[in-house]
Amino acid sequence: MNQLGLRVVRPLVEQQARRSEHTPPNARFLRRLLETRLVGTGLTISAVVLLCALAAPLLAPYDPNEQDYLAITEPPSLAHPLGTDDLGRDLLSRIIYGSRISLEVGLIAVGIAVGAGVALGIVAGYAGGITDDGIMRVVDAIQAFPNLILALAITAALGPSVANAMLAIGFVAAPGIARLTRGQTLSVREREFIAAARVCGATPLGIMRRHIWPNVTAPIVVQATLLLGTAIVTEAALSFLGVGVQPPTASWGAMLRTGSQYLEVAPWIGIAPGAAIFLTVLAFNFLGDGLRRALDPRLAGRKRQ
Amino acid sequence: MGHYILRRVLSMVPVLLIVSMVAFGLLYVLPGDPAVAMLGENAGNRQTYLALRRDLGLDQPVYVQYLTWLGRVLSGDLGHSIRTNEPVSSVLMQRVPISLYLGTAGLVVGLALGLSVALASALRPGSRIDSMGTLLAMGGVAIPSFWQALLLVYVFAVVLRWLPPSGFTSPFTDPLLSVRMLILPAIVLGTHSAAVIMRQGRSALMEVLEQDYITTARSKGLADGSIVAGHAMKNAMIPIVTVIGLQVGSLVSGAAITETVFAIPGVGRAAVDAIFFRDYPVLQGAVLMLTLAVLIANLLTDVGYAYLDPRIRYR
Repeated sequence: MNQLGLRVVRPLVEQQARRSEHTPPNARFLRRLLETRLVGTGLTISAVVLLCALAAPLLAPYDPNEQDYLAITEPPSLAHPLGTDDLGRDLLSRIIYGSRISLEVGLIAVGIAVGAGVALGIVAGYAGGITDDGIMRVVDAIQAFPNLILALAITAALGPSVANAMLAIGFVAAPGIARLTRGQTLSVREREFIAAARVCGATPLGIMRRHIWPNVTAPIVVQATLLLGTAIVTEAALSFLGVGVQPPTASWGAMLRTGSQYLEVAPWIGIAPGAAIFLTVLAFNFLGDGLRRALDPRLAGRKRQ
Repeated sequence: MGHYILRRVLSMVPVLLIVSMVAFGLLYVLPGDPAVAMLGENAGNRQTYLALRRDLGLDQPVYVQYLTWLGRVLSGDLGHSIRTNEPVSSVLMQRVPISLYLGTAGLVVGLALGLSVALASALRPGSRIDSMGTLLAMGGVAIPSFWQALLLVYVFAVVLRWLPPSGFTSPFTDPLLSVRMLILPAIVLGTHSAAVIMRQGRSALMEVLEQDYITTARSKGLADGSIVAGHAMKNAMIPIVTVIGLQVGSLVSGAAITETVFAIPGVGRAAVDAIFFRDYPVLQGAVLMLTLAVLIANLLTDVGYAYLDPRIRYR
């Protein structure tokens, strides 16, 4: 009996294994990811930004904080490809160094949001009942605040600085991640392998870490990529309003703040850093959309939605 | 319907309570002792200092302070501005109509631009117009509003000199100037909403346009225009209304930046100014008021949604 069963099953299993060897899931995923030109554009731009951040001292033609009082508010020229600002600092160098702040704030803020959001979301979704209700009411309340206003108020309350801006942006974004994770957890929780793990005596913490987390990551990765763009814009907005990065540190938002004060005499001061923010955010949005399409089998066949 | 609205309003109560705690907490965690700040040079006198702390209720436990504060807020007392000593509620009430005026204009721009592009794209999917619309929507979501404001001011106010660069005039004193001053801020404020409405509106319309009754209408020989106006729009509006309702939050956040860049004395500007003058009662009041506005908008969206789609009410 047993022998017969095995003989029937084995060819089927082998067949399946062979078929998936043909196109490994990773390659299929990559092919789907690179299907659109937008993802390629997104990858290229983010690679350039990352390169700027990592190799800023090598790429920047000048010290970003070096003031040259003989070259104040100079329009773009060969010596200064993007011109100089009100203190005679080279704008190209400041843009290159500014990518460090943007990426740093973006990554750490998203890290905070994902860390806190995933933990809260999995616990709420897995525990259910009063724990779920309690966590989700807090999530609702934080989401009710207009994002930027809350981030502004928190940064102002804690004191204007880069670290506090990261904290505020992460705090404001965490509820969105928590809600997403909870929704995913709710559907995974009902699956049989969770019941099996429970029968085997796994602790709730172990189940959440080893069985639920790996099954909810995909949509969170998509959301985190999109959030990276939002975090970078929010940091720029905080710095533009004066509560984020403090002078003289080069940051795109703070450069725009200067640019808006010199709009009539030196419009180039504000144009370049704004373009840098715009392109970076666009790149992360392209990547996020591409990832979403590649990870969602329902969208895979369609070229565009 | 009445039952649904009641249930929906009641579900707001716990959220409002937590919102009030966060708003209270913002002031509570501030570094520095308000009593020391108020006494200034006299802070050295321990007797006066302790007396003032008692008067301000600072010697009470946190929850007593919170409940006292909540009681005052519920009766409409948001405290006094540290800078001007005016009641915070009257400072904000003067600014509410200005923010509403700008917000409405922004929403009108968002709707007009968003719906027309969504419609043009949905009617000719895959066409050049559709691709342009997609690019426009992607750009509109990603463009930082303060940069867009800067570019528009530079082109239309500095170079072309068609519009004033900033400022605000009431439509009752000078309607023409008021509208001219409103154009650029309304475009900046409405862009993000327009982009979101474009994307959601396009897919909502496309979904409806694929349905059988539209094919029937088409085979009857109806023109595109009357199919959209008479048949498709009504059903496509359900998801679009939700999106519009959700835009209020981003409009409120956008208003803080737009009002600051264009020097418009609204509630968002009050919040930003309050940060720089360390006028925390005004900041707290503005945050509370703006959040309440978002909550009310969400409530109205849900009610509108339930009205458009009766199935929601019975869930």
